Amino acid sequence: MAVADVIAALTGAVVRYADRAAIGPLNLSVAPGEIVAVVGASGAGKSTALRLLAGLERPSEGQAITTAPGRTAFVFQSPTLMPWADAQTNVALPLELSGTPKDEARALAAAALASVGLGERLTARPRQLSGGMAMRASLARALVTQPDLLLLDEPFAALDSVTRRHLIEDLHSLWAGRSPRPAIVFVTHDIEEAVYLAGRTVVLDAVSGQVAMARPTPGDIPRQAGWRGDPDYRETVETLAAALAHAMPDRVA
Amino acid sequence: MSRLVAPLALIALLLAVWEIACRLWQVPVYFLPPPSAVVVSLVERAPILAGSALQTFRMALQALAVAALLGGGLALAVSISRTAEHAVRPLAVALQVTPIVAIAPLVLIWAGLDHADRAVVALAAAVAFFPIFSGVLTGLKSADPDLERLFDLYGASRVQRLIRLRIPAALPFALEGLRVASGLAVIGAVVAEFVSGSGATQGLAWRLLESGNRLRTADMLAALICLMAMGLALSGVVGLVERRVRAYLS
Repeated sequence: MAVADVIAALTGAVVRYADRAAIGPLNLSVAPGEIVAVVGASGAGKSTALRLLAGLERPSEGQAITTAPGRTAFVFQSPTLMPWADAQTNVALPLELSGTPKDEARALAAAALASVGLGERLTARPRQLSGGMAMRASLARALVTQPDLLLLDEPFAALDSVTRRHLIEDLHSLWAGRSPRPAIVFVTHDIEEAVYLAGRTVVLDAVSGQVAMARPTPGDIPRQAGWRGDPDYRETVETLAAALAHAMPDRVA
Repeated sequence: MSRLVAPLALIALLLAVWEIACRLWQVPVYFLPPPSAVVVSLVERAPILAGSALQTFRMALQALAVAALLGGGLALAVSISRTAEHAVRPLAVALQVTPIVAIAPLVLIWAGLDHADRAVVALAAAVAFFPIFSGVLTGLKSADPDLERLFDLYGASRVQRLIRLRIPAALPFALEGLRVASGLAVIGAVVAEFVSGSGATQGLAWRLLESGNRLRTADMLAALICLMAMGLALSGVVGLVERRVRAYLS
């Protein structure tokens, strides 16, 4: 892959910890506009990989490069909204921190909230929002800066499966509606979610912390109705599930 | 309802037993006066007690304000630099573990014997300082680590991080510190007044001492009740503010 086709990459990135096993070496490159899902067991280093890509953590060895500094957004496992601020203030935060005038930031925040279906809930406090709505607000906060690289760390794990499917469709249409399309790296432990969501799925090995398998997913995004029944989809899920099972820490059992 | 009735009933019962026991065994009044005698003293000495209570209250409140400014300000300053925290914390702990009674005579000398009230405020502030300092410092570090990462990601300045994330996150902790400190400020004021001792300040602690020296035990108990009521009122008000702010922030 040519350098121009990479928006962020990890090259032999190793992260050492004082109190647990090191992670890596990780090799992962993300092209502009592509959707990559990263799956793996807990402790395989999925979240670490994201933080490296975001520049929130430095590798102990190897390299983490991004061509989108300041154009990167992050969605965490929980909505991580400031409980003392309303939805609009929460979503305006990234813009205000980077110096956008307050009125403009609030207007853009209102538009971002409307794009995730929360246009009527601008003044709601996080505790007044359901889990799904809070996660939408969190997504709006990530999208408000028009990022070129969007990193999501198991954002829908705590939601029920219906809400989760809705949010994945929303994420697809938000992605498809932007020009140029942002690159998305999505961490999950759910293979079906990964394959449905992404154009490429990467399996991390829980033991070595390295990439155990990387596989493109067939089909167009956004997905056709009923695509979960497609044989290509099923076959990809099964192949990756087998790779993931092999990459589990207790595979001897 | 029973949460109010049960303790009141217990208090009434204890008072009744106390009153009856005093009369039955004819306990000398200098040793243990019956509750009725304490009530009589409370009523008769109401103007004096109210004046003294006001003075103690004012000194405790001033001490609380000083402690909040110093404790909060220092915690804020220290939160910005880890080195500063390492430097300051042992001193703050040393101040906390030093018995207030032991430093009171020193502070009295420094404040000047003519200004015993200043010594009382300073000593009460010294005991109220630690919970506020500690509460604010803990609170400033209590923000969600993922929110801290978000502020990293968008290149927030220190001032932005402090104002938009850490101070709002610290407020409930600061108020809890203030509630603890308000109780300690009253204790500090009383202890300091005991040590200064000669009527240089005429707060409730002085009334206690004065009545004790004259073996007017009923008057002592009346002053003690005023002190209790004052402490409860102060921590009640701060507790109310704390709950309001906590509800608003979460």
